[in-house]
Amino acid sequence: MKKAVLSLVVVGLLAGCSTAEKKPAPIVDSSQRDAAARAAAAKAAADKAAVEANALNQSQLSGQANGGSEAENLFQKSIYFQYNQYDVSDQYHSVLEADAAYLNAHPNVKVTLQGNTDDRGSAEYNLALGQRRADAVRKALNLLGVPESQMEAVSFGMEKPRAEGDNENAWKQNRRTDIVPQSE
Amino acid sequence: MRLGFILLLLFPLWTRAAMTIDISGGEQSRIPVAISPFAGAGDAYRVITDVVGADLARTGELKLVDISDLQPPLTESIDPRFSVARQRGAEAVVLGKVNPLSNGQIEVSFRLMDAIKQTQLAGYSYTANATQMRAIAHKIADVVYEKLIGTPGVFSSHIAYVIKHGKQYSLQVADADGQNVQTVLRSKEPIISPAWSPDGTKLAYVSFEKKKPVIYVQSLTTGQRRVLANFKGSNSAPSWSPDGSKLALVLTRDNSGSQIYVINADGSGLKRLTFGGGIDTEPDWSPSGQSLLFTSGRGGSPQIYMMPASGGMARRMTFQGNYNVSPAWSPDGKSFAYVQRTDGRFRIAVMDIASGQTQVLTQGGFDESPSFAANGKMIVYAARQNGHGVLALVSSDGKTKVHLSDVAGDLEEPAWGK
Repeated sequence: MKKAVLSLVVVGLLAGCSTAEKKPAPIVDSSQRDAAARAAAAKAAADKAAVEANALNQSQLSGQANGGSEAENLFQKSIYFQYNQYDVSDQYHSVLEADAAYLNAHPNVKVTLQGNTDDRGSAEYNLALGQRRADAVRKALNLLGVPESQMEAVSFGMEKPRAEGDNENAWKQNRRTDIVPQSE
Repeated sequence: MRLGFILLLLFPLWTRAAMTIDISGGEQSRIPVAISPFAGAGDAYRVITDVVGADLARTGELKLVDISDLQPPLTESIDPRFSVARQRGAEAVVLGKVNPLSNGQIEVSFRLMDAIKQTQLAGYSYTANATQMRAIAHKIADVVYEKLIGTPGVFSSHIAYVIKHGKQYSLQVADADGQNVQTVLRSKEPIISPAWSPDGTKLAYVSFEKKKPVIYVQSLTTGQRRVLANFKGSNSAPSWSPDGSKLALVLTRDNSGSQIYVINADGSGLKRLTFGGGIDTEPDWSPSGQSLLFTSGRGGSPQIYMMPASGGMARRMTFQGNYNVSPAWSPDGKSFAYVQRTDGRFRIAVMDIASGQTQVLTQGGFDESPSFAANGKMIVYAARQNGHGVLALVSSDGKTKVHLSDVAGDLEEPAWGK
């Protein structure tokens, strides 16, 4: 977990650097202690990601005749996990950067992070496992500058499978965290 | 070697279901008892005879001796045919009468006789509405069981569970034989973890109707319910203290994983008990009120631990295998049932706390959610049969197994109450 989040921050910084003027190498930020540097990193990532977010939004809108709100189109994303694991894989960094950018730009938007598991084992233990997956995404977004007050990490455990079936193909679709805007 | 056989009891009122009883361990240990068909009302109240017999047979501790061919049925021990029951091996005989009263109520009386001495061991009379015949039969079975076995029967107790049918979830309460089903809550969203209050009047449970797990407490007498815990994050795994004043529960509100807390039954006085950053869940309050068993991932795999109910140092209880979850105290506090996974199969096991000895009780692949009957003799659990969820019973010695129900939909999360 920790390692994944650290590398996420670094990727965010590099992305920021590529579009802005050169800055000193941000090695210190990976300590997670330098709040100012972390905020700067998040902002840099946000500046870049905002463009991607818009582009994504446009394409989604064009593909959806009856698209929902802007936030709904932006989110409704899934982060998938390995069996019994809750590390956010590197492949989701750009997704999370885009979401963090959007949330930073729209402080009134709140999201629910819904953790899920496959349906093997205890309902309550799976609920706790799903919570870890939701919390992993919450922490990753928090490191990208999204305040806790904008997020709620909850778990559906094994109760809301996306795919039915006792096979790996179904299970892997169910090991995920969905990022869902709160509709109020 | 296993001396197993299967007894099929088919209920006329129970069109969809057959109860399967599988008893191993030899016939000698089972007390033979004859139940004379309850006389006086033709076949109208045959349900009484059937339910008493099914209740007693389901325990695996009693064996039914058929004397239904004696017509008219035996009602008195002075009847010269009484010796037939003894000749067929019965050590005890239940004689019963049904007497419809002029006010529409039904009087049901029975006597439990020693088949050899022809002395009365117990005798009671009940008056009730015609709709309550199953309840009366369970009471009769409770008396017969206690007289013959020496332990109170649990046939009049209830089991709560969740049934999932398509996208519809229902929290239901049934008699201990799976019949007389009452729906407590219906929802389009999942319901898990029902937990009986110690007095049997309330259920705590987790409902996802607010798009997140929230704990409710619902009265079974008034149907009223209230939110017990709806903190930020997930709220789950309620377990009542034995005096009913508090509940242990699992919250994620402090952003440090799933942690165990205690809250007063009125929702006040929240106190955190565990302080890891990972998974602590499934607290189960000991009958003495002193300890909690719970499941934790702190050692790298889910294992069962015990800690004081006031918090403090936890002791690891399970060491075999890498998946031991869902602890459930036995009523005497000397052992607990749990789910262990071996080779990808989930099965019910019990551990004797003093010795640490474990025994695997079931051989299914998806056996989960164990819960003891109040007399400690039987454990109800969720199993899978023909691809869907059913409730099953296993005796705490593992010798008797019963598939209670085979209805449409998936039955899960059973909890045995009073």
